[in-house]
Amino acid sequence: MRNLFNYIDRPSPIHRLTGATKLVCLLLWSFAAMLTYDTRLLALLPLLSMGLFMLSRIRLRDVRFMLGFTAVFMVLNNLLVFLFSPQHGVTLFGTRHELFSLGGRYVVTAEQLFYHLNLVLKYLASIPIVLLFVCTTNPSEFAASLNRVGVKYSVAYSVALALRYIPDIQREYHDISQAQQARGIEMTRRQSLFKRLRSAAAILIPLILSSMDRIETISNAMSLRGFGKNKKRTWYMGRRFTGWDFAAMALCLALLLAALALNRINGGRFWNPFAA
Amino acid sequence: MKNNSVKTIVAIGIGAALFFVLGRFVAIPSPVPNTNISIQYGLLAFMAAMFGPAAGALIGLIGHALIDFSYGWGIWWSWVIASAVFGLLIGLVSKRLSIADGVFGKKDIVTFNIFQLVAHAIAWGVIAPVLDIVMYAEPANKVFMQGLVGGLSNIVTTAIVGTLLCVAYASARPKKGSLKQEK
Repeated sequence: MRNLFNYIDRPSPIHRLTGATKLVCLLLWSFAAMLTYDTRLLALLPLLSMGLFMLSRIRLRDVRFMLGFTAVFMVLNNLLVFLFSPQHGVTLFGTRHELFSLGGRYVVTAEQLFYHLNLVLKYLASIPIVLLFVCTTNPSEFAASLNRVGVKYSVAYSVALALRYIPDIQREYHDISQAQQARGIEMTRRQSLFKRLRSAAAILIPLILSSMDRIETISNAMSLRGFGKNKKRTWYMGRRFTGWDFAAMALCLALLLAALALNRINGGRFWNPFAA
Repeated sequence: MKNNSVKTIVAIGIGAALFFVLGRFVAIPSPVPNTNISIQYGLLAFMAAMFGPAAGALIGLIGHALIDFSYGWGIWWSWVIASAVFGLLIGLVSKRLSIADGVFGKKDIVTFNIFQLVAHAIAWGVIAPVLDIVMYAEPANKVFMQGLVGGLSNIVTTAIVGTLLCVAYASARPKKGSLKQEK
């Protein structure tokens, strides 16, 4: 079975942090990256995450494919933004320094280029850290961490169930799809759109019916074992916090506070070098 | 009702797993190049109609977040939240339907589709673009365009796949009151 979530098991300081810590850090970091458009902080975050990558001993080779994906997505999104709103930077920063024209309303301005730089930095600030989280957190520990950071254990257990049953459902989908294709169902481009959707339903229906049975079986088994009787539960994969965990969380909290502080200092989310 | 809450938890887990598998591995080519039809929303609509708003919201949230996680491109929170909102809104229809009792007639089909239309319109026409603007400060016309395209294709898929699923499941269930005591 292919490793779905790209967890790479290597001994490193990042791997030794508990899953809960990494989850808290990921959330704090994401919020910081989401809140700020201050170019200086946005430039610091990718550098920091590069350092963390080195620390985690994840090699570029391991994540090359996903980074390529991200790059394509980033370029497409930037193109779309420019196509739809070539003067977005001007409205954001309130000044206008024209550089050259591409014809029509597509006049390239310094403000627009600066906005795109911010956009690119924003991707670089928020995406590699998710990659790092995915590569260094054992999926089985993930549900335990969710519960640890305050998510109700029933919800955390749903996540655990989802992770547990993804491979099963994937296999079942594959089996049903092969069987239906042997009976003449087609989902390729040669069919009309409506027919394609109908054939998708022909695969889905057996899958759903068997999944509903599965839900019945699992929930009966869980009720018989008294699931949901107590207010708390323990986790096989749960671990205790160490000093490093607190240090990591403090660092990420500092980043979030910095983002909030910069928002106040700049009087808005953007750092405006054109104002002076 | 104790058993019911355990069942909802399991339904969320299995539903999210189904959402993930359909969204991640099932690629049905659409007429527009390089875009695939996301049939997972048909499934989400069905599950939400069966198990209610809370289950719908969590299936959308967990399923979509797991898809984003597995691609490793970072979680695009605004759209993940939009998926959850869609699940929540369409879950509200569950009170008006009783698919589990084998009932899903013409009137129910209309109700289901009106709900899914409104839910998609709110999720992709309002929630996703507004969050894109608030979180990522993207230009408004671009995100509304994306939301419109995504929303419309989702409405079509949900109308076909979701309705078919509800009809099929209802017909596979024994009708309520179909057994009578012999006198």
